[in-house]
Amino acid sequence: AFYHAKQYAPVYFMCAQIQMERMVISMQDPDMGIKLRNQRLLITVIPHAMTGADIVEWLIKKCSISDEEALHIGQIFVKYGYIYPLKEPRNLILKVDDSPYRFQMPYYWMSTRWPASELDYAIYLAKKNIRKQGELIEYEKECYNALHKRINHTWDFVVMQAREQLRASKQRRKADRIVLKCQEQAYWLVNRPPVSAELYKLITLTKNTLAITLTITLCEGLTRLCVCVCSYVKYCEQYQPHDPIMQGCLPSIPWITDDIMFWNMNFAVPTKLRVERWSFSFMELLNDPMGRKEFLTYLKKEFSAENLCFWQACEDVRHGETSKIPEKVDEVYKQFLTPGASRWVNIDSKTMEKTLEGLKRPHRFVLDDAQMHIYFLMKKDSYPRYLKSDLYKNLFARAIVPQETKKSVFPFMRRQRHSSPSPALATQAAEDDGKAKNSNSFKSNSGTASRKKLLMCLQPYWRLQRRIFQIKLDVLTNNICKTREKSNVKIQFVQISIAVYLGVSVMLYFLIFTSLVATDFVGPAPGGNVFFTGW
Amino acid sequence: MCDQTFLAITFGPCDNCSQNKPLMNIYLKNEPINYCSLCVELMACQGLAKGETIHTLKTESETLKAKLEEERAKLHDVELHQVAEKIEALGQFVMKTRRTLKGHGNKVLCMDWCRDKRRIVSSSQDGKVIVWDAYTTNKEHAVTMPCTWVMACAYAPSGCAVACGGLDNKCSVYPLSLDKNENLAAKKKSVAMHTNYLSSCSFTNSDMQILTSSGDGTCALWDVESGQLLQSFHGHSADVLSLNLAPSETGNTFVSGGCDKKANVWDMRSGQNVQSFETHESDINCVKYYPSGDAFATGSDDATCRLYDLRADREVAIYSKESIIFGASSVDFSLSGRLLFAGYNDYTINVWDVLKGTRVAILFGHENRVSSVRVSPDGTAFCSGSWDSTLRVSVRFRFSGESDLRNILYSMVLLFTGIRDYRW
Repeated sequence: AFYHAKQYAPVYFMCAQIQMERMVISMQDPDMGIKLRNQRLLITVIPHAMTGADIVEWLIKKCSISDEEALHIGQIFVKYGYIYPLKEPRNLILKVDDSPYRFQMPYYWMSTRWPASELDYAIYLAKKNIRKQGELIEYEKECYNALHKRINHTWDFVVMQAREQLRASKQRRKADRIVLKCQEQAYWLVNRPPVSAELYKLITLTKNTLAITLTITLCEGLTRLCVCVCSYVKYCEQYQPHDPIMQGCLPSIPWITDDIMFWNMNFAVPTKLRVERWSFSFMELLNDPMGRKEFLTYLKKEFSAENLCFWQACEDVRHGETSKIPEKVDEVYKQFLTPGASRWVNIDSKTMEKTLEGLKRPHRFVLDDAQMHIYFLMKKDSYPRYLKSDLYKNLFARAIVPQETKKSVFPFMRRQRHSSPSPALATQAAEDDGKAKNSNSFKSNSGTASRKKLLMCLQPYWRLQRRIFQIKLDVLTNNICKTREKSNVKIQFVQISIAVYLGVSVMLYFLIFTSLVATDFVGPAPGGNVFFTGW
Repeated sequence: MCDQTFLAITFGPCDNCSQNKPLMNIYLKNEPINYCSLCVELMACQGLAKGETIHTLKTESETLKAKLEEERAKLHDVELHQVAEKIEALGQFVMKTRRTLKGHGNKVLCMDWCRDKRRIVSSSQDGKVIVWDAYTTNKEHAVTMPCTWVMACAYAPSGCAVACGGLDNKCSVYPLSLDKNENLAAKKKSVAMHTNYLSSCSFTNSDMQILTSSGDGTCALWDVESGQLLQSFHGHSADVLSLNLAPSETGNTFVSGGCDKKANVWDMRSGQNVQSFETHESDINCVKYYPSGDAFATGSDDATCRLYDLRADREVAIYSKESIIFGASSVDFSLSGRLLFAGYNDYTINVWDVLKGTRVAILFGHENRVSSVRVSPDGTAFCSGSWDSTLRVSVRFRFSGESDLRNILYSMVLLFTGIRDYRW
């Protein structure tokens, strides 16, 4: 079948093979390709051969790549049989010296060894075509064209086979000929690729999509390409300081220095980068839990906190469990949409009407329009004012810039890598607390009991970890460290000098010892010496 | 290909045979009609016998395509690399592997990061799904699936569950329990049911919904609690290999790429295909959104990666090199979107500069093809899973500006210890 699962098909290198063959053909070009000469192999002279070094050099020049990469690519050609070595034919590796290599004949290329059924089908169709023009029906014509495109370089072979088979069949008796023709036709009718209803549906779907896309394009219009491109440039520039791969991060990247402060430092006081990120877009502010909390505090001051609460409730409906939708929607209606409700949100009348109508049959997306309205209201109105407010500016001023991790004197010694509590644990704890609160007479089964035990054991560990992080945080905020800086530098200088002294002295001793041994000053005496028996 | 995962929205009398049956909504000459599935089949066969309906449809499609190209070409005023000339070039990139996760017995097919930035879930050909703490390289959980070739796995946003699936045509969700004695497989929840293998799955913003794509040519949105199908997406004419959710404000669209060389953008609410891009020359293996949500990148078997813009509705850049012959199996953006990491079937990972269109680094190290590449949620490292049954977490080494002797020594030693890790 044409639609087979590609992931577990044994070899599916179709496109790669075409490219490789293209490259091999350009390598054999008489003018621009590799210079072939007669190579000596022991006593015989082999014509039209090249050296491994030639191949690598040609690849470097043609594709402008490094020699490591050229060796890697050359290796692939040898591995798949397009080039074979002459010296050690069973050892399929590329050596960058004067060992000789030759190009393989196209007949033996990987792509010609096609799965037999496709080739047979191609021969069958070619026979039909040659026998009588126009005898191929609709889908057979399509398959014929597709096959012709796919296995183009063996097409001569296919046509030749078809002609041979036709010629051979002409020598049979008429009755046998007819029987064989019917048998063949029946076989291919059963084994033909899928078509008809599915194809029709597909083509209709494609056509409909195109029609829709064209309508959207003509109505809403497209953006000019330069506008889109400039937006990418702006985005990359804005986010570059936040991208650890591009610009590093403070205190340090945990994977390199084994210091996980970067992941644990934002508990109480946020970093300047984090606070700055909230000003990039409204979505950034809402995606960060701390940002959301700060924004809520600000909205409370402005007496419009119900907007954010409503938005959050709508998100909960949209992404929550399907079974709880009716009751959640009902809650939202009671709290936010009923006229005279305690946290009534201000939506325009048209949207309100539509939402109320939809509430009669609540589904997941019934509150979407209202949510969108409130979201854009907050984005256009409250969000810019928040960014200019004192609350935000004070937070930004208080935000810290973490210090870079101090590098230890012996950098090759790995620091201890601590594990962290699993996120599953945190929510289980919350779940268990909730369960205990809600159900008094509910008997907990053994599963929750053992979980609780686990939690109890881990709690002191947690507390200790938090304490350590708090201390480290204080250190970071320079509360303790300032006065000790100078003495720290002195201590480190002393440490380094000791290390250097030790290293130099060990090297000197070793040198002296080996030179003494070399000059026979120290060593096993002729009569056998007790001192060096261990050797 | 037979897709049975369509949502029968209406049930009623068929326009043709007047029997009460589930109806399929199809369009004939832009008019929506309601036929039952039997009548659709009959009509299709009749149309084919005449041989004209398919042809007329095809010619109509061709004219629509030409019109679209015309509209798009009107706005093609500048190339990406022209605008990017003003930006300074990236410096030298030195990438080293910092962790090698060994434990899978067979090819690693898929992996995903947890939102806590250090945990990873990975799935392999022998049916094992392992949850690692990549920072300490400890294995935390292991599940054995009843099928081989687990081609898709995903971590839930809360970190409490993983979803995986493959040749069993199902997507199952396993809640992660910390009780060592508890058998994770016992708590398994079967969520999705397709008629062919599952190629990719992803949680939407919460633990309650999963989006899946399958070899039967469809994508589907499922409710985890009840296992109910919420929406299905038809439009691909071959296996769908990959999907990615948009990081947009409204959070309503996703992109999928398949073996029919098309990348389609879908609206999750209505199930409609809103945009389609067909410029690749071979199967699209992986699709990923640009961090701003305005564009997406694709990696394909034709050895190129391409960037498509959604507002301009066209391909914007091609990332290819003559020396790259094998297809790209997986792509991902760095946090700022400046770099594109792509894993190839020739065992390497290439890092592209998205704006300038040039390659900035190439990483060797895997001993078989790279099946998936993902950047961590905080952007500090990226993990690559390969058919050589290992996962490698790699970072970029940057030399700090000061030419302090200690700094140079420190960086050099770190480089060498990096090499030592890499050989283990």
